[in-house]
Amino acid sequence: MRYAMAADTLKCVGCSDCVVACQAENKVPIGYCRDWIVEVTDGTYPVLEMEIRSERCNHCVNAPCVRCCPTGASRYIEGGIVVVVPDKCIGCGACIASCPYDARYPHPAGYVDKCTFCAHRIKKGMDPACVAVCPTKCLYFGDLHDPNSDVSQVLRKRKHKTLVPEAGTDPQLYFLI
Amino acid sequence: MKEEIIVSGRMNSMIDPTLHIWHWQIPLYLFLGGMAAGILCFAALYYLRGREKEYLTAVRVAPFLAPILLVIGLLALFADLRHRMYFWQLYANIRMQSPMSWGAWTLMVITPVSFIWSALHIRDIFPEWNWRYKWLFNLEVFFNRHKTALAWIMLIFGLILGIYTGILLSAFNARPLWNTSILGPLFLASGLSAGAATIIFLSKDPAERKQFAKIDLAIIGIELFLIIHMFMGYLASSQVQIEAARMFLGGEYTASFWIFVVILGLIIPALLEILELRKYHIPAVVSPLLVIFGSFMLRFIIVYAGQMSRYLY
Repeated sequence: MRYAMAADTLKCVGCSDCVVACQAENKVPIGYCRDWIVEVTDGTYPVLEMEIRSERCNHCVNAPCVRCCPTGASRYIEGGIVVVVPDKCIGCGACIASCPYDARYPHPAGYVDKCTFCAHRIKKGMDPACVAVCPTKCLYFGDLHDPNSDVSQVLRKRKHKTLVPEAGTDPQLYFLI
Repeated sequence: MKEEIIVSGRMNSMIDPTLHIWHWQIPLYLFLGGMAAGILCFAALYYLRGREKEYLTAVRVAPFLAPILLVIGLLALFADLRHRMYFWQLYANIRMQSPMSWGAWTLMVITPVSFIWSALHIRDIFPEWNWRYKWLFNLEVFFNRHKTALAWIMLIFGLILGIYTGILLSAFNARPLWNTSILGPLFLASGLSAGAATIIFLSKDPAERKQFAKIDLAIIGIELFLIIHMFMGYLASSQVQIEAARMFLGGEYTASFWIFVVILGLIIPALLEILELRKYHIPAVVSPLLVIFGSFMLRFIIVYAGQMSRYLY
């Protein structure tokens, strides 16, 4: 089992519904977010191009946060999801410094918090909250080892990229381009 | 003109707009740990070579500072934690892939050893010292009998302590400035140099001062080489590392790094030490204090600048 997510940068309108859904579902403290929208505009006026990305933890196969964690609080669970166990986390910040995507943040309660791909929802057979609410249906989630999963199908059909693969993390959040 | 405008909706505290998760506590600890490592290594080295009588300050006096520096450093580390009541989890796990984990275990060994070493030499500072309890006397006898083993532990774990502070940062490939294997040797050299400077500062024996001035001079040479080598490495590497180097080559850390670390912390003390070795009269405290200051600034600048270097937006 290998969970992964794909975000369609051509369909995404940047409404931030995924951000709000995550904050509500995971009781993310006010002022913080586990997922976020990035808008990149480039080109020379008037020929401009815009890419909108719904970003979150990349649940890397070679996750530097898991490697750098001194207590084993950052770990892989089933399907390659990267999580933090709050009762093992000392709040040293090593994982935060080690993440090239800056996907983690210090929770006001002291431990480090991040996207879990809504592991608690997946267990019940549901999609992560961000995927479930997306009004343009631009987020795809599923098991890469299952050829019939939403994410496998869309990655077969569409051209895609990952963010900073040169950081050597083998990220599992794909962007359809 | 081709432009790229990036707008992010993320504004997490201590992460955005640039990472600032580590504040003064971490560089302070890296400095104190490195200096303690330097002091303990020299003490162990000269003890093992049987030169205790000639290098009294190095073997017997300076090590008194080590446990103090280590305890202050540990308190700084503890202050940096955000989930403090769980700090014991560090000692419930050994994770070989995490330099922070083996650093924590190294501290667990070297801190008690530094206390024992100081206790064995306490009569050099307080000649009338009395342990009061018999079991403490017995412990002193026991450790005196195994002093060579103690010195070996001090030397080996001192070197690990000195080098791990750099490896700790270089393990973070997300921060291109830190992601160079030169950082381990550089921090070790800087710690040894600060240790030698402490011994020069404390010693009243001209022969000992001269010996450590020579050692310090050699280490400063090595540090200058490592710094040049480090920047050559950045500039010959990927774009993110070139950008990391630019922070020091015209960017915002240029003045502070080259003035405080390289000129005041390395070149001027080296020149003063050369003049002193050539029998010019230089106030003895100036060059060791500059070396210690440079070592301190190196940690601060590297820790702060490293957090500003990154891959994405």
